[in-house]
Amino acid sequence: MSLLTIKNLSVTFQTASGPFKAVDGFNMTLQPGEILGIVGESGSGKSVAMLGLMGLLPPTATVTADEMSFEGRDMRGIGARERRRIVGAAMAMIFQEPMSSLNPCFTVGFQIKESLRIHMKLDRKARHRRAIELLEAVGLPEPERRLKAYPHQLSGGMSQRVMIAMATACRPKLLIADEPTTALDVTIQAQILDLLVDLQKDHGMAMILITHDMGVVAETAQRVIVQYAGQQVEAQGVETLFTEPHHPYTAALLSAMPERATGDRLPTIPGVVPGQGDRPNGCLFNPRCPKADALCRTVVPPRQDETLGRALCHYPLNARIGEAA
Amino acid sequence: MNAIVTARNLSQVYEVKRGLFAKPLGLKAVKETSFSVEEGETLAIVGESGCGKSTLARILTMIEEPTEGELEIDGKVIAAGRTGDVKSLRSTVQIVFQNPYGALNPRQKVGAIIEEPLKINSNLSRAERREKVKALLAEVGLRPEHYDRYPHMFSGGQRQRIAIARALILDPKILVLDEPVSALDVSIQAAVLNLLADLQDRLNLTYVFISHDLSVVKHVADRVLVMYLGRPVEIAPKEALYGEPKHPYTRALLSATPATNPDERGERIRLTGELPSPFDPPPGCSFNPRCPYANDRCRAERPLLKRHGASEVACFAVDEGRI
Repeated sequence: MSLLTIKNLSVTFQTASGPFKAVDGFNMTLQPGEILGIVGESGSGKSVAMLGLMGLLPPTATVTADEMSFEGRDMRGIGARERRRIVGAAMAMIFQEPMSSLNPCFTVGFQIKESLRIHMKLDRKARHRRAIELLEAVGLPEPERRLKAYPHQLSGGMSQRVMIAMATACRPKLLIADEPTTALDVTIQAQILDLLVDLQKDHGMAMILITHDMGVVAETAQRVIVQYAGQQVEAQGVETLFTEPHHPYTAALLSAMPERATGDRLPTIPGVVPGQGDRPNGCLFNPRCPKADALCRTVVPPRQDETLGRALCHYPLNARIGEAA
Repeated sequence: MNAIVTARNLSQVYEVKRGLFAKPLGLKAVKETSFSVEEGETLAIVGESGCGKSTLARILTMIEEPTEGELEIDGKVIAAGRTGDVKSLRSTVQIVFQNPYGALNPRQKVGAIIEEPLKINSNLSRAERREKVKALLAEVGLRPEHYDRYPHMFSGGQRQRIAIARALILDPKILVLDEPVSALDVSIQAAVLNLLADLQDRLNLTYVFISHDLSVVKHVADRVLVMYLGRPVEIAPKEALYGEPKHPYTRALLSATPATNPDERGERIRLTGELPSPFDPPPGCSFNPRCPYANDRCRAERPLLKRHGASEVACFAVDEGRI
């Protein structure tokens, strides 16, 4: 049984200028112990989809889905009390800004022990032992002393380690990491990614890694979902995504990366991600797509099958002969 | 080729207050840094946060005066404590900041933002200024009708173009780019990098490109200066630095950058620990607590930059042939 199944998840925000669909028809399944990467530029809805799953969106958001189940339990109509029993225990999340995600008024120890008290019902001594164990596991030196530290006394890398310790405190089955290393330096980023992958292997924890950095995905993920303007444009295994992208957006994103460039000018994607007011007809990518024709500009593209990366495109790339184009 | 910027022994010390009566602590953000930039080249300065690269940018643009050392820009010398001919040099060196959302005044129209340096530094009439701004807007890939719009109507990439136009309006020779693309998405980043390359070709600009992203640096730089805790540890032409990194820190930095090919995942040099506090730098080589090659000499003495082939490296292990 898959750990997490989401079918046709949509998130709509009520804004002053009318409803805005931030996520449109998001699908995914996650097996226990798997690492899934979700990539996309800003505004592609990658974080909002996960916040919708966690129930962390503001009241102006409407979340609808055909199916949203975690360990076989329906997450859609779930009450706040019951949701809190799952979120933070079996399902945990770490955020992009480690410095602002910790409460500045409480010590690190207090914040780690809080979830142990609520979810694990451990007594004071056991909580203290477990908190030290957790800080050791995430590689913080002098854990005993760090428990008494306040967040402002920690560096960015240390704060992110504390966040990871908090998130993994109750041995979650699923960890959602939202841009966990974006605010960190490369050498610290490498340490944190290693740590996440080690924890994932040791505990058989599944992980969803949300990032805009293709390098981070290439380094850690097994499967990748590419988001564009709220839509899932492609989903496939990490090796084939980098060698045989099927959606023109994925291909353009890969070739725009400086490390893949060959000439002295980079290939660019003209235009910008469409916002609320300027959604084009047909395929959302058509104004920026080099291959777009009249069909792309009028008809919403179909979802291709598994062999073509479930690409949302009329003319998927790298289609082998004999397969439908 | 002649050097347009020469920095000799630049140091910058900030005084940090610790309390009402406590003696302020001296934080050395940049220490005895010397380097030069050739006319028309791109020198990239890389390093992690806290290594002093942005302080260096502030010294180069004369926003701050160095506490020690001297700086020669375009034949004119500025030394610590002697301000000299700073005003005329300010229009020779211009800067583009990291965050295009914070660098533009939201209450000013784009035209007014770009035009302001001309108002202060030239005698052009209103119509002439307007003409010049419109021509420059076209040059950075914006449209003349953008003149009367406000910054909030633009995307991040367009705002960075506005910031670049503002930096270029006084026809500078040197542009200091402080993380110009790190706040932008990949597809936008590529377009801005291309624009910078076009402008450099057309206007024969000299760039000092500050970045923490080694893949971007590999694309834009001619030479690279790697900084660690306020000092340069390696200065090398791009090919030498990426092909044959010498300093252990450079090697670790390159190896920590995620490969964009899933097949290249593998064993990497992993640094342990973090950047030491600049208040309390370790004795000897500042990299020694994290360095796998450190020995007693590294913990006691400080290595100086020495030439090894095309590169200049500050490392005893390289000097002694241990790596």
